[in-house]
Amino acid sequence: MTVGPATFKQLHLQGVRREFDAFTALKGLDLTIERGEFIALLGPSGCGKTTALNCIAGLLPVSAGRIMLDDRRVDVLRPEERGFGMVFQNYALFPHMTVRKNIGFGLRMRGVPKPELEKRVDAALAAVRLESQAEKLPGQLSGGQQQRVAIARAIVVEPPLVLMDEPLSNLDAKLRLEMRQEIRRIHQSLGSTTIYVTHDQEEALSLADRIVVLRDGAIRQVGTPAELYALPAHLDVADFMGFRNRVNGELVGMEGEDALLNIEGTVIRGRMRAASASKAAVAAIRPDDLEPTGTDSGIPVRVEAVEYRGRGFHGVGVTASGTELHFASPHPLQRGAAVRLGADAGRVLVFGDAR
Amino acid sequence: MSAVLESRAAGPTLRQKLAARGIDGATLLVLPCVALILGLFIYPFLYGLMLSFEPKDGSLFGNYARFFSDPFLYGTIFKTLRLAFPVTLLNLLIAIPIAFRVRLMRRQRLLTTLLVLPITLGTVLVAEGMLFYFGPQGWFNRAMMAVGLLSTPISVLNGYWGVFISLVLTGFPFTFLLTLSYVTGIDPSLENAAATLGAGPAARFREVFLPLLVPGLAITFCLSFVQAYSVLPSAVLVGDPANATRVISIAAYQAAFEEYDYSMASAIAMIMGAVQLLVVVAVLGCRSLFYRGPAAGAKG
Ligand SMILES: Nc1ncnc2c1ncn2[C@@H]1O[C@H](COP(=O)(O)OP(=O)(O)OP(=O)(O)O)[C@@H](O)[C@H]1O
Ligand SMILES: [Mg+2]
Repeated sequence: MTVGPATFKQLHLQGVRREFDAFTALKGLDLTIERGEFIALLGPSGCGKTTALNCIAGLLPVSAGRIMLDDRRVDVLRPEERGFGMVFQNYALFPHMTVRKNIGFGLRMRGVPKPELEKRVDAALAAVRLESQAEKLPGQLSGGQQQRVAIARAIVVEPPLVLMDEPLSNLDAKLRLEMRQEIRRIHQSLGSTTIYVTHDQEEALSLADRIVVLRDGAIRQVGTPAELYALPAHLDVADFMGFRNRVNGELVGMEGEDALLNIEGTVIRGRMRAASASKAAVAAIRPDDLEPTGTDSGIPVRVEAVEYRGRGFHGVGVTASGTELHFASPHPLQRGAAVRLGADAGRVLVFGDAR
Repeated sequence: MSAVLESRAAGPTLRQKLAARGIDGATLLVLPCVALILGLFIYPFLYGLMLSFEPKDGSLFGNYARFFSDPFLYGTIFKTLRLAFPVTLLNLLIAIPIAFRVRLMRRQRLLTTLLVLPITLGTVLVAEGMLFYFGPQGWFNRAMMAVGLLSTPISVLNGYWGVFISLVLTGFPFTFLLTLSYVTGIDPSLENAAATLGAGPAARFREVFLPLLVPGLAITFCLSFVQAYSVLPSAVLVGDPANATRVISIAAYQAAFEEYDYSMASAIAMIMGAVQLLVVVAVLGCRSLFYRGPAAGAKG
């Protein structure tokens, strides 16, 4: 009854809704995922990422909408009939089974013969670098080790669809980088489809074929990492993509593709991303793209703080009206100094107030 | 600041040393409890134990010899076990599936409140209720005859089954509430994880729930067993206290208050305690074969 591996071409979410009493956690998701894709589900805490995964895995019934594998309906199937692998946010390891038994559980449930089971468990243990911990109980492992057991347990059965709920959140920076590559490698070698929940922008950019940005239970934007990084369609998405500076201004005109925005008396150029009904608009700029101009053009700020960042300096400046601006500087600056900040027109995104 | 440095230089103080061993001011709060246990439990126990070795005939083991040579006396052990074991087991077997259902319900508190009531009523009231309900002119017989299932009233009371039913009724709420607390203590995400790994409901119960529940069920069994084992009121009121339900506590009661042989009564009480202890130790011993630890999938 289990859905066999690699037996679908497309996974469709059609208007998937989920309500908890009066609260709507998912407001109708529409998404098509191709087989073999690595999808990152990105969004702030509480936006419905775990709920979405649970609905796909069959652990939560959907309130409305359908989940289809090609033309087969799967939202009516029980989780054990769907055969999707899942890495739980809280690991959900079986506390009474050793690491080896935990990882072998799915294979045992599928009736895999013992010698093959042992071989595959050993391979999975090696993939997550836990060979030496195989006979321990989960309670005797560190948080990061438990997380890796959870990953191994989900992928060892080679499911056609793997759902991962922030699987690397508890690892240190170095191990996180290693595991990230390992997850990508496993994904490619199994040819499986992966939906990967994270709220780490960098993880999403480096791993995913496509990124889905979720906010308040609704999809805000879907696109390749490059698309989202360069041209977020929405202020919320820009926020996630590292556009830390948001400055309010007034639209004063257009020049070709460029919008002219008056910020506290200084006019700057930027790319128009979302239309505006009135003249009010917001400019979003990455700190790395905002630099002292060294001329008398640009937004005047007073330097509040300067931090050494290895390759250069990171400064915090305050405008006349009190808006904080984060910027990069190739050379150190004096606290209290007055500088003017500017950025390439292509690096400034202008969002209107029409949301 | 300098005081801290000084005391550190002088090594840990007595208070710090004691605190490291878990002894501090709060430890004193245990003292009243210790006194209470000594006065109300240990002392009477030791007193009874001594008393049991001073039988009327003067020999040291006279009471015990008499108990184990008289089938009318030693038979009470088996009569008690024959009631307490099946009743406890049945209660547990009914409690588990119901607890699994109730665990998913929202109005749990209402249900648990309803179930606590019979515990507070006690065995005597339940036994009296049964006398009315199962009596020759009670609802049970009249209803059975009305629908034609019985032609003459049957007597459930005054025998083994009367006591059995009464013990199930009074013991179930307790067994159930305890079982429920163990069942709900298991992290539901473990079941979810097992399901995504391909385990159906039966496999999930066998592989995940049961192993995690066994230690709790063993304790539930012991506590319910001890309750059923010391049955006295219902064995007298709805049973056959001269014969089929002559449980061990009746033997003790008769020795003490009909023969006025306190020494013999103490000996019977000691034997009663020893049998209970044997069962409890055996059950808890089996428990150590299983995993015992937090039933959650993650570190706190
Ligand atoms: N069982 C529930 N009952 C009521 N509300 C719930 C329930 N589960 C989740 N929610 C709500 O649904 C919303 C989405 O929750 P979800 O767990 O999907 O968030 P998330 O995106 O995974 O967040 P995080 O990054 O913190 O894990 C939250 O606002 C949460 O309060
Ligand atoms: Mg979550």
